[in-house]
Amino acid sequence: MTDDYEHYEAVVVGAGPGGAAAAATLAQNGVETLVLERGVESGSKNVSGGLIYAEESAPYTIDGLFPDFRAEASERPISEYYLHNVAGRKVKTIDLTGIHEHDTAWSDAVLRRHMDSWLEDRVHEMTRETGGGLLTGVRVDGLLREAGEIVGVTCEELDPIKADAIIAADGVNSELARDAGLMDWEDPEEWFQGVKAIVDMPEGTIADRFGVADDEGVAHLFSGDLFEGVRGGGFLYTNDDSLSIGTVFHLDSLVAEEAEPHELLDALLTHPLLDQWLQGEYEELEYGAKLVPDSKKVAHPSPHRGRLMLVGDAAGQMQAQGPIIKGMNHAVSAGALAAEAFVEADTRGRPEEAGQRYETKLRDEGVMKKLRPTRYKVASAVGENDAVASVTDKLVDSSLGKLGIKAADRLGLLRRSFNSPFVMSVMPDTQTLYVTAPTAIAEALGTPVRAENDVEPPDLADRIGDLTYDVGDPHIELQDNSFAASGAAVSACPVSATDFGGGCYRDETVKTNGHEEHLVSLDTQPCVECGTCAIVADTEWEHPAGGKGVEFKQG
Amino acid sequence: MHTLVLTKGVPDFREGQVSFDEDGHLERGKTPTVMNPNDKHALEAALQTKVRHGGTVSLMSMGPPGYKEVLQEGMEDVYADDLYLLSDREMGAADTWATSITLSTGIDHLEEEPDVVFAGFKTADGETGHTGPQTCWCQDWPIVTHVVALDIDEEERTLRAKRLVEGDVEEIETVEAPLPCFVVADPEFEPTYRKAEHRLRHKDLRAETQERAANFEDHLEVYDQAELNLDPDFIGLDGSPTIVAGVDPIPKAPSEREATMVDPGDEGAMAEVFEELEPYAGAD
Ligand SMILES: Cc1cc2nc3c(=O)[nH]c(=O)nc-3n(C[C@H](O)[C@H](O)[C@H](O)COP(=O)(O)OP(=O)(O)OC[C@H]3O[C@@H](n4cnc5c(N)ncnc54)[C@H](O)[C@@H]3O)c2cc1C
Ligand code: SF4
Repeated sequence: MTDDYEHYEAVVVGAGPGGAAAAATLAQNGVETLVLERGVESGSKNVSGGLIYAEESAPYTIDGLFPDFRAEASERPISEYYLHNVAGRKVKTIDLTGIHEHDTAWSDAVLRRHMDSWLEDRVHEMTRETGGGLLTGVRVDGLLREAGEIVGVTCEELDPIKADAIIAADGVNSELARDAGLMDWEDPEEWFQGVKAIVDMPEGTIADRFGVADDEGVAHLFSGDLFEGVRGGGFLYTNDDSLSIGTVFHLDSLVAEEAEPHELLDALLTHPLLDQWLQGEYEELEYGAKLVPDSKKVAHPSPHRGRLMLVGDAAGQMQAQGPIIKGMNHAVSAGALAAEAFVEADTRGRPEEAGQRYETKLRDEGVMKKLRPTRYKVASAVGENDAVASVTDKLVDSSLGKLGIKAADRLGLLRRSFNSPFVMSVMPDTQTLYVTAPTAIAEALGTPVRAENDVEPPDLADRIGDLTYDVGDPHIELQDNSFAASGAAVSACPVSATDFGGGCYRDETVKTNGHEEHLVSLDTQPCVECGTCAIVADTEWEHPAGGKGVEFKQG
Repeated sequence: MHTLVLTKGVPDFREGQVSFDEDGHLERGKTPTVMNPNDKHALEAALQTKVRHGGTVSLMSMGPPGYKEVLQEGMEDVYADDLYLLSDREMGAADTWATSITLSTGIDHLEEEPDVVFAGFKTADGETGHTGPQTCWCQDWPIVTHVVALDIDEEERTLRAKRLVEGDVEEIETVEAPLPCFVVADPEFEPTYRKAEHRLRHKDLRAETQERAANFEDHLEVYDQAELNLDPDFIGLDGSPTIVAGVDPIPKAPSEREATMVDPGDEGAMAEVFEELEPYAGAD
C-alpha cells in the first residue's frame, strides 16, 4: 500500500523562523514544499524573548527572505542595550550597546504569535505555488522508514507522507531529532529554561517611561543576587505596546536550587528598579515558558541523517553569547542553508548528498563557529572545573576582587570586557558570571534604587487560568513516579509549584501497608509544553496532537 | 462532480432566540431564521466531496425570500458555488409532500444534473425526516440514509457509504449505490481529510469563498412559479395532503423517578437485583 502515500519533494516540519526560512528558500527554488505545523496557527506554540537579530556576517536574514518583515511582523527596533548588575537595592548599570551592535545589521523585538502567523501567510502563498503549501493543526509524530532508511514522516492527523528531503524545524524537544537518534533529552546541563510575562503598556507610556521615540526600543538585562543564586538572568524588551519581561536560567541550576521559575520571574517584576517603567501599573497579558538549548553544548556538528536535516532549536543551534540570546537568527540561517543544500544536491541528481552539503555550509558560512566556539571549549574546561570556579568566585567576592572591580571600572575595562564578543563567548558558565561577579560589581559600584515597586503579579493559578487550552489526550506519561526520579519537576515545571495543587506536577506522600512513599502525580491539563519535564523527570514525553494543548496569543 | 445540498431555514430554537405567544405558538416574526442544524452534516458531506473530487456544490432551498441569508450562511460553510431559492407565494404553506415535488422540479430545472444530492436528517421544526426521501422518490434515484462516512469512485460512478443500521453507532453497514444518488447525512457524519492535498484544497476553497459569499446574490438564482411552471394542485397548501389537527405541547417528563439504593456489598440485596433483572436477560 505504500504506493498510495502522498509524496512531496520536500516536507518542512514546524513553521517557526527556521521552518519559514527553509520553506521560503525551497519555494523560491521551485521545490514542491509541504510545511506542517502543529499549532492552530503558527506562533501559537512559541515563546521567545525575543530580539531577532540580523547579523552582518550571516548568510541569511529574515528580512532578506521576507522583505516586509520589519514593517509588518516585528515590534520596536532595539537601539539601546543595558545590563543592570544588582545587589539588593544597589544597581550598577553598564551600557552594552556595543556588544549588541557588534555584527548587527538590525535587531527588533518580536512577539511570536504575531511574527510567526505573519510568516505563515507568506510561506503558504509561496509554497502553494510549488504545489505544496502550509498546513496548521498537523502534528508530525515520527519518521517514516523503509528498509531502515528515512523516507518521510508520519502524522497524527494525516496518512504518512514521503519526501525527498525532510527538514525538521520542530524546535526544542524535537521529536524528529530524537526519533533519528541525533539528540537526546537527558542532561539538564545542556538546556536553559526561559519564562516570560507580556505586560500591557497603555499607549504612549513606553516612549515616556523609557525615553525613546515611537519607533525606537530598549533592552534591559538583569543579573546579580535577585534570583536566589540560580545561574541565569532577566530581560526586559520593549514591544510596540507591551513589554516582554522574562528570565533565562540554566536548567541544572534551577533543579539544584529547587527554585520556582514563576517566583524568580516575580522577583524581577517586583524589584524596585522596575518601578521607573511599571509605575505601579501591572497588567499581565500572558505567561509562558519554553526550554532553550545551549548550542555550546548541544549544537549537533552533523545535524542530518539520510534525507533528514535538523535546523534551529531542533539541532541545538541556540547561541547564548553572555546575556545575548541568539536562536531565531541562527534558525533562519540554518533553515535557508539546509534548503539551499537540498536544491544544489537535487540539481546534481544526488539528493542524498543534501545533508552532507548542509553540514559543510554550516561550517563554511561560519554558523557552526558561533554556535560552538572552540575557544569556549578551552576556557570552560578550566573555568567550569569546580575547584577553579569556586576560587574565582571567592576571589571576585573578596575585598581584593572589589578593589579590582573599582579599578577596572575607572579604566573603562569593565564596560569594554562586557562589550567584547570574545570575552562574552568564552565566559565559562559558572556562578561567577551570573551571580557573584554582577553582585560584587553592584556592591562595589552600584547606587541604591530608592523607589518602591508595589506591583502585584498574578499568582500561578491566575496565570494558568488566563491561558487558552484546547485539551487533548495527555501527552506526557510518567515512567517513574517516585519523587527521586521525577520530583525535580514539581518545582522546575513553570506551571507547578510545591504546595500548589492546580499545576501539572504534584508532590504526594502515599501511605501503604504501614510504609510511606514519596511520589509525584501529573495532570497535563495546564501544561504549557515547555519541555522541562522531558529532561528533569522520568517521562514518556510527546507534544499534544495537532491544534491541541496550550495556545499562546502573544508568545 | 456536481453535488447539490437541500437545505432549509428553521426558527432558531436556541434558548434566548425563540419566542412563543401566550398559547404556546411559535412567533415566527420574532424568532430569527437559521439553517436547519441537521443540514450542517449534509453540508459537510458535500464539502468533503468537493474537496476530494473537485467540481461544484450547489445549495437549494424552498422558502420565503428571507431564506437568502440562510443560503449565504450555507455558502460560507460549504464553499458553495451557486445558490438556488425556490420561492413563490403559491409554494407557501406546503407540507413535506408538496415541498418534495417542488424541490424535485427544481432539481430537474438545474442546468447540470447533480451526481449526488445531499439532504440533512430531519428538520428542527417539522422533525419528520420525509423531505429528502420523498424528493428522491420523485427523482426515482437510489437513496442511502443515515450515512456516517462516504467514498466516491468517480470512474465507476458509484458511491460507497457507511450507514447506521437502526440509528445505532454500534451497528454500521457498508452499502454501494450507482450515481446519481441521494444521500442523507446522519448527525454522526464525520468528514475525514487524511491527505495533505485535501487539506490544502480545503484552504484554497475557504479563501476563494470569502469573496463569493460577500457577493452571494450574484450567485443566487430565484426560481418562482412562473419559472418552474408547477401544477398548482401539487404545490403549496393545495398540494399538501397533511392535515395538522392540532399542536399540543409535549408534557414534560416527570422529574422524579423511583429508585432504590442498593449497597453492592450486600449480597442478599444484590441477589434481589439480579432476580428483578432476570426477565430482561436474553436467552442463553
Ligand atoms: C524565554 C526565551 C527567550 C528567548 N529569547 C530569544 C531572543 O531574544 N532572541 C533569539 O534569537 N532567540 C531567543 N530565544 C530562542 C528562540 O525562541 C529559539 O531559538 C527559536 O524560536 C528557534 O526557532 P526554530 O524555528 O528552530 O523553532 P521554534 O521557533 O520553536 O519553532 C518550532 C515550530 O515547530 C512546531 N512543531 C514542533 N513539533 C512539531 C511537530 N511534531 N509537528 C509539527 N510541528 C511541530 C512548533 O509548533 C513551532 O511552531 C528565546 C527563547 C525563550 C524560551
Ligand atoms: S508539564 Fe512538563 S512540559 Fe508541561 S509545562 Fe510542566 S514542565 Fe513544561
